[in-house]
Amino acid sequence: MLFTVLTGLITSSLLVPFGKIIKTKWSILLPVIPITLFLFFLWHVPVVANGTNVMQHLPWVPTLGVNFDFRLDGLSLLFALLITGIGTAIFFYGRSYLKGHVYFDRFFAYLLLFMSAMLGLVLANNILTLFVFWELTSISSFFLIGFNNDSKESRKSAITALSITGLGGFFLLAGLVLAGNIANTFIISELFAQHDKLVSHPLYPLIVGLVFIGAFTKSAQFPFHFWLPGAMKAPTPVSAYLHSATMVKAGIYLLARFTPVLGSTDLWNTTLMVVGGVTMVYAAIHALFRTDLKSILAYSTISALGILTFLLGVGTREAIIATSVFILVHALYKATLFMVTGIIDHETHTRDITKLSGLRNVLMPVFIAALLAALSSAGLPLSFGFIGKDLIYEATLHYEENWALWLTTLAVITNVGLVAAGFMAGIKPFTGKLPQKFEQVHLPYKSMWIPPLILAALGFIFGIFPGITGDYFNHQTANAIAGENTDMQLKIWHGFNTVLILSLATLAIGTVVYLFNKPSEAKLKAIERLNKISPERIMMSFGQGIKRFSVLYTNNIHNGYLRSYHLKIILFAELLLAYKLWLGGPIQIDYENLTPLSWYEVGIVAILIGALYIVVTTKSRLTSVVSTSVIGYCICLLFVFYSAPDLAMTQFTIDTLTTVLFVLVLYKLPPFINFVRREILIRDAIVALLFGIIISLIALRVLYEPNKTEISDFYGENVYLLAKGKNVVNTILVDFRGIDTMFETVVLAIAALGVYSLIKLRLKSSEKE
Amino acid sequence: MKSAILQTATRYLLPILLLFSFFLLLRGHYYPGGGFVGGLVASIAFVLHSFANGTENTMKILRYKPLSLIPIGLAILTVSATLPLLFGLPPMTGLWLEEPIPVIGMIGSALFFDIGVYLVVIGVVLTILFTIALND
Repeated sequence: MLFTVLTGLITSSLLVPFGKIIKTKWSILLPVIPITLFLFFLWHVPVVANGTNVMQHLPWVPTLGVNFDFRLDGLSLLFALLITGIGTAIFFYGRSYLKGHVYFDRFFAYLLLFMSAMLGLVLANNILTLFVFWELTSISSFFLIGFNNDSKESRKSAITALSITGLGGFFLLAGLVLAGNIANTFIISELFAQHDKLVSHPLYPLIVGLVFIGAFTKSAQFPFHFWLPGAMKAPTPVSAYLHSATMVKAGIYLLARFTPVLGSTDLWNTTLMVVGGVTMVYAAIHALFRTDLKSILAYSTISALGILTFLLGVGTREAIIATSVFILVHALYKATLFMVTGIIDHETHTRDITKLSGLRNVLMPVFIAALLAALSSAGLPLSFGFIGKDLIYEATLHYEENWALWLTTLAVITNVGLVAAGFMAGIKPFTGKLPQKFEQVHLPYKSMWIPPLILAALGFIFGIFPGITGDYFNHQTANAIAGENTDMQLKIWHGFNTVLILSLATLAIGTVVYLFNKPSEAKLKAIERLNKISPERIMMSFGQGIKRFSVLYTNNIHNGYLRSYHLKIILFAELLLAYKLWLGGPIQIDYENLTPLSWYEVGIVAILIGALYIVVTTKSRLTSVVSTSVIGYCICLLFVFYSAPDLAMTQFTIDTLTTVLFVLVLYKLPPFINFVRREILIRDAIVALLFGIIISLIALRVLYEPNKTEISDFYGENVYLLAKGKNVVNTILVDFRGIDTMFETVVLAIAALGVYSLIKLRLKSSEKE
Repeated sequence: MKSAILQTATRYLLPILLLFSFFLLLRGHYYPGGGFVGGLVASIAFVLHSFANGTENTMKILRYKPLSLIPIGLAILTVSATLPLLFGLPPMTGLWLEEPIPVIGMIGSALFFDIGVYLVVIGVVLTILFTIALND
């Protein structure tokens, strides 16, 4: 299964050098990847339908417990099929949509990256791998949302989306690691067995809270929902892909995946019901006031995600069955509607439903696709949406007595809103009279209108023959979420009962709302007045606050004066060290244990003090630099006396080079001008003296502490056995802690590049003048 | 700073110091020394030469910009760190030849790692010092 993830990643990176080729007719090769992957997953359907889970284990960083563990069960399979299946449609569609675009190659590189990240996310069986792919989806969606990078709005939306989902990612990581540590395993399939241990742990509420923040930010749940409408700035193929089947469903996937691990508690269910309930009603009502097609779809998507969260919260067997079906229902009709919107936008250059009408005359096949999708979204009998809606009502009606009525009411209100929103997006632009300016509108490429038509048709095929999805994978999806056999059977006809009446009533009221609701600019303005108290505004002002804080912080702490940095660093170190010393109590010095002084040691210390005196009193920079290096050499000699040759050698060479560097720099500075005030000199002297005293005290304290030799013993014993060396210092550098050394060399390289470019760059700008 | 004594001295000191730096690099695994110190000594050799003969002349003997040593060094480091992956071992595992090679002694991936450090250090030090020295 690793290859399914790697194919996209590798092709994505190949598009960097070979982008030019893919812009030509060879772009037909692009959809081959999602098709192949789709067929691969389709081939696994019978295997998974038997209840077998396909597993793969590849060590990555085994010592840290991070491995490529992949597992394909009903839930992963449903998502993998959606990602690759809808991905195929999007690849065909996007190829025509962006034909001739300057960044055509870049677009598909991002899209492939995103697809692979999503696949990795749903296939991962290790929570750390899952997290890596989770973050990768945030990052790749950032590029996709901000694809029109010359538009300020688009860039802002991309940053908002990244900061919200990225922030959620932090919380998620914390939650996952906590859960993994408590359960003592990072393997998701092993976590299922630890459900009782996790749920009874005192940290359980914290874990659930952290995981929820991760899922809610990603799946645009209230109050984090506002990044999603903003993300509509992306090209339409991206919106269709990200918001129908993938990105936003990742949060739902996470919740579903962890339901058997963390679920079935009051905390889990109530929170999900409340958050999902608020989101679905809030967004469904909001959708009715929008005039932009994509905005309507954005809010109805948020509402649908709310329904999914809500259903997971209800958590009964029926609710879980409803979840597994509704994921598919929504993906099919929402992807279609988005693609239809894209076609309308592409051909008429507007998405305003108050301006669009009568397009059925010119875009007939597109209208059929839109109509089928809108009807499925409305839950017309025989559509797949009808089955989905039935299951939702069944789930709410069969909940605990006292609450059933309330939950059903919420579900009905939401669905009424969704019916109307679906009609607004799928039917409104096509009905009525065709305005003159749209008479020239013509059908786009076949590859743009066939994919939505197929997806929309599937919405009815699955509706008429529900056994196709029900028996093969939705059943296993529900089993995977519930963690037990749900015994699910999808039927086209449930008999004449309350559920059917509710379903038909929803459809009727929804149609009425659609007919009487006339969204207009004025209404939109009115509702936007409420924005002042919206979570978006609160988040934004929070962001502004961080900005203001960073300005203050930068001006006061990071003021760019080296001397001020030194002072602060040293003062801070003094405070910490002094506090630690004070905690340790009085220091006693055992003069008996000290080695006697030899004459050469005394001599060196005398030179050292002399050099120090010169450094402090001299009026010349060069003299002070040279005296400082004398101090350095004296210390080298002390290292030699106390048998640390490696240290002495390094210090000696470094000291030499530093002096050279100083001389080179100081040579170019103006002559020494004594502009320092007396008070500052005294302050610096006090700080310096204090530092010296504290360090000396620490040195004395170290002598007094019992000698711990585990570490040096370890190296002493293993240096030849493990690293085949005899010089402990060097083997630590190149073997035991080699990774550290590697990154240190990288830091050095960056420093060198920094100096090089700073100096060269300055030269160039002066040349320009 | 033109001094005949220094110029004559560096003519002999440069090769000797370079040889010494290489000696330090090779013996690092068993005795005091190593890539870092070796690199610093080699840099000092060039710095000394530049003091005596001018930085432009030192750049001439170097032929290539010292900056180019950095990527080469980093590449050697990366290769020696990831080479064990080809043998199915975790990265950074020490690989060693079975038999020692005359004069040099035992050869292992640690030596290449040290050579990488050595080159990066020379590249970094000379880039920083020479860029500043040549900046008028």
